[in-house]
Amino acid sequence: MDTPTTPAHSPEPALDVRGLSLTYTLRTGPVHAVRGIDLTVPRGEILGFLGPNGAGKTSTLRMLTTLLRPTGGTARVAGHDLLTQPAAVRSRIGYVAQAGGLDPSCGVREELVTQARLHRMPASEARRRADELAGDLGLTDLMGRPVAALSGGQRRRLEIALGLVHRPQVLFLDEPTTGLDPAGRADVWELVRRIRRDHGTTVFLTTHYLDEADTLADRIVVVDGGRTVAEGSPEELKRTHGHGPGATLQDAFLAVTGRAPRHAPLAV
Amino acid sequence: MTTSTVHPAPAPDLPHPGGRLWADTALVFGRCLRATLRSKTSLFFGMLQPLLFLALFGPLLTGLDLGRQGSSWQTLVPGILVQLALLGGSYVGMGQLVERNTGVVDRMRVTPVAPLALLLGRTLRDVVQLVAQSVLLVLLGVALGLRAPVGGIVLGLAFVAVLSAALAALSHGLGMRMRSTTEFAAVANTTVLPLMLLSGLLLPMDLAPDWLDGVSRVVPFRYTVEAVRDVFRGDFATHTVAVGSVVTIALAALCLAGAARLHRRPHGTAA
Repeated sequence: MDTPTTPAHSPEPALDVRGLSLTYTLRTGPVHAVRGIDLTVPRGEILGFLGPNGAGKTSTLRMLTTLLRPTGGTARVAGHDLLTQPAAVRSRIGYVAQAGGLDPSCGVREELVTQARLHRMPASEARRRADELAGDLGLTDLMGRPVAALSGGQRRRLEIALGLVHRPQVLFLDEPTTGLDPAGRADVWELVRRIRRDHGTTVFLTTHYLDEADTLADRIVVVDGGRTVAEGSPEELKRTHGHGPGATLQDAFLAVTGRAPRHAPLAV
Repeated sequence: MTTSTVHPAPAPDLPHPGGRLWADTALVFGRCLRATLRSKTSLFFGMLQPLLFLALFGPLLTGLDLGRQGSSWQTLVPGILVQLALLGGSYVGMGQLVERNTGVVDRMRVTPVAPLALLLGRTLRDVVQLVAQSVLLVLLGVALGLRAPVGGIVLGLAFVAVLSAALAALSHGLGMRMRSTTEFAAVANTTVLPLMLLSGLLLPMDLAPDWLDGVSRVVPFRYTVEAVRDVFRGDFATHTVAVGSVVTIALAALCLAGAARLHRRPHGTAA
């Protein structure tokens, strides 16, 4: 069985990924969804995992959260081997899927308590933890409501709360602000910063919003065609790939993913 | 307990994960059961069809010679019970598919809970629901004229429970593999209806021509329904009951094993 081998404060990175790949076979032949990704994410970092649609972002995320078995490579996540100690990994990571994972007919309190119990907390502790998280994330007034009665932003906060019930060391967020209005997005950004600040949680988030990566991430990894094509802080990426002063992250992104616009004048 | 703790050591995996399976299953079962109790409409509509057969088709048989001892109700009610298990059990995977698409399944899979507990908890909920509906059907049958020994009814319900477990588990397994509800419905519809007609649920296969009787012998539900008919007549120690028990239990074991495999395998879109 898995044994906790790493003390919480050891310097081992939160994520140590080597050559992670995923190939699956369709009738038309093999598809290389992820082609050997290397990543090191120190504890407490907010990493923005960026890429165009179909770049392999979600596949990578699903592999790192034990939902898909990689066809190649190795990874240590929260101090445990992804392939040989998946249960230990699961108990140390939080995962918020793009689809959210809420049952609309369920009550807010029930979702929180059940999730805590799925993480093996005794009933009384699960209830305490649900109340504590609700207070922390501004959900206290919503505890008696069914999920269906929440606004988009409130739902998102609840989904993130579900990912945090067991105080994970690493939080994976798959496109956390897709579909939210500007206030909801700002709310989620503030929340992510606060989680890191208060708990030292490592945050791995995928996004295709460049402004989100720019304001939130300490470091950005850009993937395309299943490979890492650029890596660095937002400033570094702008400097290295943006061609010139005043370059935006968008310029850098388009340059590294080979999607730079042709400089045709717009007909207005 | 609190927010000031940065990373408390998570509970290490227990040396006997088997002991946890039951607790995890109970937890998943509780969540599913509460969801079922909330949606009272689906509880009712799930048993509407068998109910209609019983009330509107049953009376047609009372004056006919079905080639059986006992009343026509002792032949029909067991068939309706198996029909409920077949129809009700086969479609439960649709709910699983919806929960997969809304991310609920993934959310639960990224916890220490064993995938098997997710399957067993759901299946147990389905069994409880189908047995409860069966009890209501039997009561309606009694109101219409069914007379059967209590022991026979209880044993008959046990058959229904085991068969429901088999079909529900298999359906949940399918729910993990199918891409859309339309695909699921297509597969379920095309398999369930012929199997239902071939197992002699509404009328016993004794009435069938030889070729139909022959074909129906490969359908396992036929043996279940014949066994339930025997116990409803109070005949417990018959060859038919023995065969029905073996076939039903073997089917459940096979379906559970298959469904467990489908739950273990990584699933979902890879793109």
